[in-house]
Amino acid sequence: MMNRRRRTLLLLLFAIIFLSAITIAGAMLEERATLTDFTQKNLPPDRTHLFGTDFMGRDMFARTISGLSLSIRIGLLTALISTLIAFLLGTAAATLGKGVDATISWLIDLTMGIPHILLLILISFAVGKGFMGVLIGITLSHWMSLARIIRSEVMQLQHSGYIRVAEKLGVRKALIVQRHMLPHLMPQLMIGFVLLFPHAILHEASITFLGFGLSPEQPAIGIILAESMRYLTMGYWWLAALPGLMLIITVLLFNLAGKALVKLNNPASAHL
Amino acid sequence: MPLLKVENLSISFRQYTKAFQQTALIVVRALDLSINPGEMVAIVGSSGSGKSLLAHAILGILPYNASMAGRLYYDDKPLDKKRVETLRGKEIVLVPQGITYLDPLMKAGRQIHNGQRGKAAHQKTLSILSRYGLDEKTAERYPFELSGGMARRVLISSAVYSEPRLVIADEPTPGLHIQAARRVLGHFREMAEKDAGVLLITHDLELARQTCDRIVVFYAGYTIEEALARDFDQVETLRHPYTRALWQAMPQNRFSAEDGRQPAAHINPEGCIYAPRCKDASDLCRQSIPYQPLRGGYVRCIRKEHYDT
Amino acid sequence: MKHLIGFITKNLLRMVLLLLCVAIVTFALISISPIDPLSANVGQTALGSLSAEQIAKLEEYWGVGQPPVTRFVAWAKDFIRGDMGVSLLYRQNVSAIIGERLKNSLLLMTLAWLLSGILGFLLGIIAGARKGSLADKLIQGYCLTISSTPVFWLALILLLIFAVWLKWVPIGLSVPIGVEAADVTFLDRLRHAILPALTLSITGIANICLHTREKLIDVMNSDYVLFAKARGDKTGRIVRRHGIRNILLPAITLQFASISEIFGGSILVEQVFSYPGLGQAAVTAGLGSDVPLLLAITIISAAIVFAGNFTANVLYGVIDPRMRKGVKR
Repeated sequence: MMNRRRRTLLLLLFAIIFLSAITIAGAMLEERATLTDFTQKNLPPDRTHLFGTDFMGRDMFARTISGLSLSIRIGLLTALISTLIAFLLGTAAATLGKGVDATISWLIDLTMGIPHILLLILISFAVGKGFMGVLIGITLSHWMSLARIIRSEVMQLQHSGYIRVAEKLGVRKALIVQRHMLPHLMPQLMIGFVLLFPHAILHEASITFLGFGLSPEQPAIGIILAESMRYLTMGYWWLAALPGLMLIITVLLFNLAGKALVKLNNPASAHL
Repeated sequence: MPLLKVENLSISFRQYTKAFQQTALIVVRALDLSINPGEMVAIVGSSGSGKSLLAHAILGILPYNASMAGRLYYDDKPLDKKRVETLRGKEIVLVPQGITYLDPLMKAGRQIHNGQRGKAAHQKTLSILSRYGLDEKTAERYPFELSGGMARRVLISSAVYSEPRLVIADEPTPGLHIQAARRVLGHFREMAEKDAGVLLITHDLELARQTCDRIVVFYAGYTIEEALARDFDQVETLRHPYTRALWQAMPQNRFSAEDGRQPAAHINPEGCIYAPRCKDASDLCRQSIPYQPLRGGYVRCIRKEHYDT
Repeated sequence: MKHLIGFITKNLLRMVLLLLCVAIVTFALISISPIDPLSANVGQTALGSLSAEQIAKLEEYWGVGQPPVTRFVAWAKDFIRGDMGVSLLYRQNVSAIIGERLKNSLLLMTLAWLLSGILGFLLGIIAGARKGSLADKLIQGYCLTISSTPVFWLALILLLIFAVWLKWVPIGLSVPIGVEAADVTFLDRLRHAILPALTLSITGIANICLHTREKLIDVMNSDYVLFAKARGDKTGRIVRRHGIRNILLPAITLQFASISEIFGGSILVEQVFSYPGLGQAAVTAGLGSDVPLLLAITIISAAIVFAGNFTANVLYGVIDPRMRKGVKR
């Protein structure tokens, strides 16, 4: 029977397979992505060059896929670290008393007060451009919402009966978090992690596009699109349109996967 | 001629029983009921047994994942979706449970006259409020400024505003202390005396017995007995072993609560739903049990002659 | 009333303190940068055109050789007095640059803010009132797709379509080239702001629309809407009478709180359309290590964001009767 839950699960599987395929294919195409051929400059899409070629005769399909692969890998790393930060700070805010809670919520407000892109520019300015700058920037600017969610989840858990009992029995805080809270928080962390991806990927592309991120030698999507801008007036539409579309599909799949996880995790969707 | 007649009504929900399997969960089965003008009928069942859905089904406001089967008649004409849409809020009204049925951001007065403009609407609102012992300041209050009893009287005011012929009251008393609850039910009695039909859905048998004319007992999705209120004066006039057990459990009687609990609605053993707990159950109880008339009431029990004292 | 004044004062104080912290953090980030702003700028491109006197003045302003804390205090004192320093790239007072650019950006952002707010709210209501309908699915699909779309890519595509192919709008700049600034009419400004504002609106809709949809669905599932149905009200009347009443305030609040995102988007959009606003200046300042300008832009944008949050909080306190009458929610 094809009910909504099955469809949701299938979507999730499809997203995972598609995204893994891009990640692996992109890593393999990296060499081709930087291969120049000046006899094949600025060609519109055809059968040999699905996405056309750019001003140095590089194959745009190879560049796009390896750019996406790079994006996904950076997204994976930054989302992972952000989730970790969110978990640590969220749990700390909920368990270590009023002072810590106030400090952390202050920190969240502060970080959210500076527009994302501006914060990324500042961090890139502070630690320098390139991979490390992007990594630190994206990581430091994406943990806040999830930290808030984790904080309120932990607070709710603390009021539940069995954790109170454990506290009364004198079980250590760290042990309570590990044994009793982590299993309950795992779905939240998992969903938060998947939903961090789209933001991380889009912001990495944005900051690279502006010239504060990855270096021009790398076939990053932001670099590809920044280069395409110079050829826009000449009508070389494929340079901007096709890599951008692929990026949208990738991010959309992460968003759909996140939504699917939320749905499967939500008991309220029992009658969907 | 009955004002409202319900025949063989059943209500079911679609739900996941296993991770990826959907099934229909039947909450109300084969329900029969009738209400005459000027009569107050109670349907009594334990909390969470799905009897509120009966009110929603009559009014045609079941949630999207619920469906109903059976026949409804109002004024002897079929009450279909189209007809109930023209009648609800005018001839047929609902008095819901409590304060959550009031818009938290709208003043009470506007919720009573339901947005009608003009001085006449305002005057009528105030006069209804005063009938229920509420002053005119109440009309200017937001729901969060009302007490539980005040909120219930505001809800009743909104129901009588349209001078209805059929009033369906869904658990109007929980959370009220006994005097307030009696007063609220007294207001429904007044409506019945003005020739409206009142259907009271409640879990409180004692209150129902004191205020209603007839009582329908609801058990695990089935109506198992229909009795006159005075049949509850003594245990011998009751028709079903479950009703008798309920009688025993009433405070002024021996207070002997019985063993076991109601089966969940989706467990549907062939035969009598009460048999697993019934001390008089026999092999006969395994066949399907009809709802039959007995001594001016109805009973769903194959061994009814056993109780035909 | 007393309750309200206390509430507003508390929020105001919090905002000022947060702003101070933003200043400190920004200053700290810039201080640890390996790039030395003076040598990066003065030493290379601008050195020839700067007199020794000007360099000395810059060094004095920037407090070369002094500890960061002293520098921060000196900078903050000047900043509060309105002296934001001199831009190293534009060789103008930062306050003058910001004044001009803020005007351009505010036009752009206000247009986008209003357009996305109104459209998003309306679409959210349509989707939420008819949950599961074709309209709902289309609107949800749009929101999900657009929130997966990089705003600068959308800007590129719109630029390609409307400026390069159709030539309906100019390619860049908020004023026509060769026209004196004083002669530029508001209409000219508007013409150049249309495409960037449209880009920002198209992306800004998603957030407010999905939020409105969720809230309206909650309202439509509430007991009081069930009661309204039982009273014979049709969906349209229920949405107008109960829906909007209960979701408008949260939606306005969210729109005020989302100024940060519109600001972030404007940085990217201004860059693509070469629209001379704060965002473009921020990119230029960041790439060219123009520290005074970057600092000032960060503070100003944070101030705008906090003002938005502050407005959102106060709106709740003033409009919602539960808050107004001092009841804890």
